[in-house]
Amino acid sequence: MTKPAAISIKGLSKSFGATHVLEDINLDIAPGERVVVIGPSGTGKSTLLRCLNYLDHPDSGTIRIGDLSVDADTASRADILALRRKTSFVFQNYALFANKTARENITQALITVKGQSKADAIARADATLRETGLADKADAYPAALSGGQQQRVGIGRAMALDADLMLFDEPTSALDPEWVGEVLDLMRRVAEKRQTMLIVTHEIQFAREIADRIIFMDGGKIVEQGPPKQLLEAPQDARTKAFLRRVS
Amino acid sequence: MRALDFEYMLDLVPVLLGYVPLTLFMAVIGMFFALILASILAVERVFKIPVLDGFVRLFISFFRGTPLLVQLFLFYYGVPQVLSFLTNIDGVTATIMGLTLHFSAYMAESIRAAILGVDRSQWEAAQAVGMTQGQMMYHIILPQAARVAAPTLVNYFIDMIKGTSLAFTLGVTELMGATQKEAAGSFLYFEAFLVVAAIYWIMVEALAFLQRHLEVYLNKAHAR
Repeated sequence: MTKPAAISIKGLSKSFGATHVLEDINLDIAPGERVVVIGPSGTGKSTLLRCLNYLDHPDSGTIRIGDLSVDADTASRADILALRRKTSFVFQNYALFANKTARENITQALITVKGQSKADAIARADATLRETGLADKADAYPAALSGGQQQRVGIGRAMALDADLMLFDEPTSALDPEWVGEVLDLMRRVAEKRQTMLIVTHEIQFAREIADRIIFMDGGKIVEQGPPKQLLEAPQDARTKAFLRRVS
Repeated sequence: MRALDFEYMLDLVPVLLGYVPLTLFMAVIGMFFALILASILAVERVFKIPVLDGFVRLFISFFRGTPLLVQLFLFYYGVPQVLSFLTNIDGVTATIMGLTLHFSAYMAESIRAAILGVDRSQWEAAQAVGMTQGQMMYHIILPQAARVAAPTLVNYFIDMIKGTSLAFTLGVTELMGATQKEAAGSFLYFEAFLVVAAIYWIMVEALAFLQRHLEVYLNKAHAR
């Protein structure tokens, strides 16, 4: 794995119609830093993640990952592709390729996007599946897997890409409660490798355990941020206090 | 009312079966090119590429909007008068061209609808792992669309097999043309066309049998 890159987000804004979902977001993430974003529903947390790999096209702002810099005004198709190849994304609804087995879900991008040989990709996929505890499900299609298993494959697919930045969009929100634990356990193991992560979640206890920094967002803006202990135990802003009271 | 001449019918079967390969040849080659062309047209209709989209819509509109027989006559009798290099086009080639263009227009619309039916999460996941649009369509979207479109596409293939009988109007002695000649010689029209109807029917039923296997194959990712 190459040396992880620093990430810098400047002036990121996004509107859907007349609604400002993101307003002038500025955020730097150090290599290996694990950042968790919390906040009320509909405050732009997911949109922030989706703008970082251009699943949603930001209206303005610059995203820099290592030596790649993409500005919303000038972003070409090649820029967007390059940005997506420096990030990986874990979806709330897993979004596994329905026509591919668990193993193929991981090998597909390694072969077609990263140009690895089929043998190398399979070796990597099988190692990843062992790591996620799904070695025996390698040949299973997503339809035959539980929600927790699907999300573990989804995380495995993202892990195998060795991206500079892993984005997690509420990875446990669509899961039945019984599967949340196994998915959080896997994310803990990813975090232990000092993989740079940006995670949107409602799991405050999990955030407290693994985050280097927690960001509280409200109304499309970063309201407050700091180390978990500081932000969760001594929040400064009234909105942060109100939110933490509601969720605890 | 007269009795059916069974002996004549039985003698006719091997004669007409000799023309089945030509019929299947025209249908299979026509279907092969129609599938490729239809997929290209469908993908274009999904992405709506400027300028090109207008031509594709015109193409689909024309080939859906005019009878297959008119199109075949246009290719065989009409176009060679304008484009001299097609002067020596033979009836089989003209038929395959006509079937390809005609059915690709219909199939493009089925494939387009199937593509648009693939869940948004599949497109986003393909984009998120860094696939180009071409890679996304080839590896993720089209295979899933194929499953949805398959029953309709087999229907068009059935229609195409029967459509090959129009080659007879371009002077090709294929299954239908051969039957017509046999019947004209024996005057036993009822027997002759009954036999040829049975042959078409059995071909289509055999295809329906294959269709069931195809659908099981395409559904393997979705069986629990």
